[in-house]
Amino acid sequence: MKILVCISNVPDTTTKIKFAEGNTSIDTTGIQWVINPWDELSLTRALELKDDAASGIKSVTVVHVGPSTSEPTIRKALAIGADDAIRVNAESSEAWFVAFQIAEVVKKEQFDIIMCGIESSDYNGSVVGGMISEFLGIPSVSAVSGIKIENGQPVMTREIDGGKEVVIVPAPFVAIVQKGIAKEPRIAAMRGIMMARSKPVKLVESVAVEPLTQIVVFEKPAPRAACKFIDADNPAQLIDLLQNEAKVI
Amino acid sequence: MENSKILKSGEFLVSEVESKDIFIPEEFNEEQRMIAQTCSDFLEAEVYPNIEQVEKGDRELMKSILKKSGELGLMGISIPEEFGGFGLSFVTQMLAAETTGAGYSFSVAYMAHCGIGTLPIMYYGNKDQRERYVTKLASGEFIGAYCLTEPGAGSDANSGKTNAKLSEDGNHYILNGQKMWITNAGFADTLVVFAKIDTDRVLSAFIVETKYPGVVIGPDEHKMGIKGSSTAQIYFNDVKVPVENLLGKRGEGFRIALSILHMGRLKLGANVIGAAKKAINDTVKYANERKQFGVLISTFGALKHKMAEQVIRLFASESAVYRVSKDIDILMGKLTVDCGDYGRASIEAISHYAVEAAILKVVGSEMLDYVSDEAVQIHGGMGYSAEMAVERGYRDSRINRIFEGTNEINRLLVVDTAMKRAMKGEFDLFGEAEKLYSGLDNITDGKTAGESYYQEKTRNIKNFKKVILICIHGATKRFAKNLINEQEVLNNIAEMMMETYVSESLALRVRKMESLKGNVSLYKDMLDVNIFDTAGIVRKSALEAIGSFSSPESCPILILAIENLSRVECVNVKDARRRVADKLIEDNAYKF
Repeated sequence: MKILVCISNVPDTTTKIKFAEGNTSIDTTGIQWVINPWDELSLTRALELKDDAASGIKSVTVVHVGPSTSEPTIRKALAIGADDAIRVNAESSEAWFVAFQIAEVVKKEQFDIIMCGIESSDYNGSVVGGMISEFLGIPSVSAVSGIKIENGQPVMTREIDGGKEVVIVPAPFVAIVQKGIAKEPRIAAMRGIMMARSKPVKLVESVAVEPLTQIVVFEKPAPRAACKFIDADNPAQLIDLLQNEAKVI
Repeated sequence: MENSKILKSGEFLVSEVESKDIFIPEEFNEEQRMIAQTCSDFLEAEVYPNIEQVEKGDRELMKSILKKSGELGLMGISIPEEFGGFGLSFVTQMLAAETTGAGYSFSVAYMAHCGIGTLPIMYYGNKDQRERYVTKLASGEFIGAYCLTEPGAGSDANSGKTNAKLSEDGNHYILNGQKMWITNAGFADTLVVFAKIDTDRVLSAFIVETKYPGVVIGPDEHKMGIKGSSTAQIYFNDVKVPVENLLGKRGEGFRIALSILHMGRLKLGANVIGAAKKAINDTVKYANERKQFGVLISTFGALKHKMAEQVIRLFASESAVYRVSKDIDILMGKLTVDCGDYGRASIEAISHYAVEAAILKVVGSEMLDYVSDEAVQIHGGMGYSAEMAVERGYRDSRINRIFEGTNEINRLLVVDTAMKRAMKGEFDLFGEAEKLYSGLDNITDGKTAGESYYQEKTRNIKNFKKVILICIHGATKRFAKNLINEQEVLNNIAEMMMETYVSESLALRVRKMESLKGNVSLYKDMLDVNIFDTAGIVRKSALEAIGSFSSPESCPILILAIENLSRVECVNVKDARRRVADKLIEDNAYKF
């Protein structure tokens, strides 16, 4: 079996986001880019499965839709342990476009399991996985918190309200994974880093498709108002503020 | 970079390089950045969650963390592939040393293992010794330690009493003696031990396994800081060391010890950069959360001054660290071609840069002391609480001014080594100094109309170098061979040399950054502040020095010359520091 892990390139989670072009794009100056944390966990689990000889997983490939500036993120995935990579050479403008490109890759390359994070820490769209499965006409399983291979059959655990659900679906399928799929992201070992430079990264040109989403404007949340402290002996003031200022009672 | 002009150690006093000739951290390649990320991820995953427990003296835990770093390959960065490592450049080694430097006592244990515990065998060992020990040290299967200091032999290392006698059958050396302050003693598998054979007056080095009968490890010392690292005395009672474990040649021990110290000083210079970045990150986060008088304390000018100083001193030291590292790489490459042995070439190149190694050690450790101290201060009362990371950082910082040769020894070495190299004819220090001295009456600041920003800074730095040469000339003329006993004067000269080297490295870095990425106004702010401060240090140090060697007739002329040469343009350093601090505060992290 072959696994494809979709990785997205996102700003480091400590980045202070600034907007550009009339608040319709992100100012990328000085941003440190990392693998989307959910995708990184997804990759870690894929590699754990491959490490288990009994799983029958032969290879783990990563796919990324992005320009050449995102190569370091791909190399990082290779350093962590992916066998090879595919980069669709295009700006990843929005989910529909990205999902379409990944689906095109899968059509040509044939994978058994396509794994992607439930969301990305930049736009938090949470739709790419579902769209890929729709484009390909294959099953998708969302909110996957565990995946193992039993007698050659991938078995997934899903978090559901108040419990868990264990499911199997016919391959190929898309597993949309959430945190818990792996304990901690795998740290790139020195040997992996050294090997990453010689691992193949296949460059694929994008297929023309009209994006469906246009960013109208980004807005930051309003700054939080200062916390007011009220004397414990003065409940009347509290009631007054809740009624007349916060207008919640 | 391959055709870069590189200077000999200490030659910066009389020669200049261009910005294209130096390496700057902004040029790290993707692989180097990934290695740094791995080191940093390792600290986050394995060190910080365990640091409290390790600090309580859980040596097994520390050992297991060290082993895990070995599994990741972090112990093989400096080791060639044929001995189980990755054979990476000195710049990369320094970057790994920098990043792991944020790991508190883990950093000390790790650096002791990878540096003084492993590299003497890599650099001076024969093939058999490298195969038997270096491969295991590079993987973390063995943990290494280094035994030089004795109760009566600290800075004066050659006075050690540990003795080795050849056994009657000629198969073993019988080792007896006592070593102290041995990092990693509690769990080391191999020791590099220095001892005198029979009645030799000089040291020899041995590889000793702790499992050999007669090796006794004392209890851990109670220390001010780096409490998680094991530091203990080791006793050798009739320990039979196989003759094939003599490291290098008989009598070569002192040379090995000194050269390894040069390496240790360079790595310490990188190590403290990581520790300082951690302290600054902790500090700015706190300052951006803590409110007093209804506002965040990060808005106060007094604290912006401190935070900007932390950043500027760190950034300047870092510039010097990677400048030297690349010079070493280039020399290492040349020597490897010449002698064919990577290990020997490495240590020859490292030892060559003894002046700069001592500068990095002193400047770096004192930079970290400043940064750690102000980190506590900015935290106020909370900084004094053992719950805060900056409290640990403050205690841990202090040892850096003591080990790898005290800063007092290293200050003397900065001047002494440069003068010795000049006397050997490696560069013309005394001729240049003589010329300057004979023209003292006509010395001006050399300012010309319409000079550019960088021309002005370059002129300032050249002037500082002239002050140093004047002082070296005056002091050698006055004290001659007795100068070695005038340690205060040597300290004055060392101070000027160190600050000037760092300022020059910073100026070259900023200039190169501008050519690589355009707008560097914030970095020019740093350079403005740094040059302004260096001018003050040069002026004060020189005036102190000339007071001790000048005559009543020469003193006024010398003072005038110093005044002219240490003059810099008026700069609004307050606003420059504020701009630097504002970026730190806005990013809420060190992102320079």
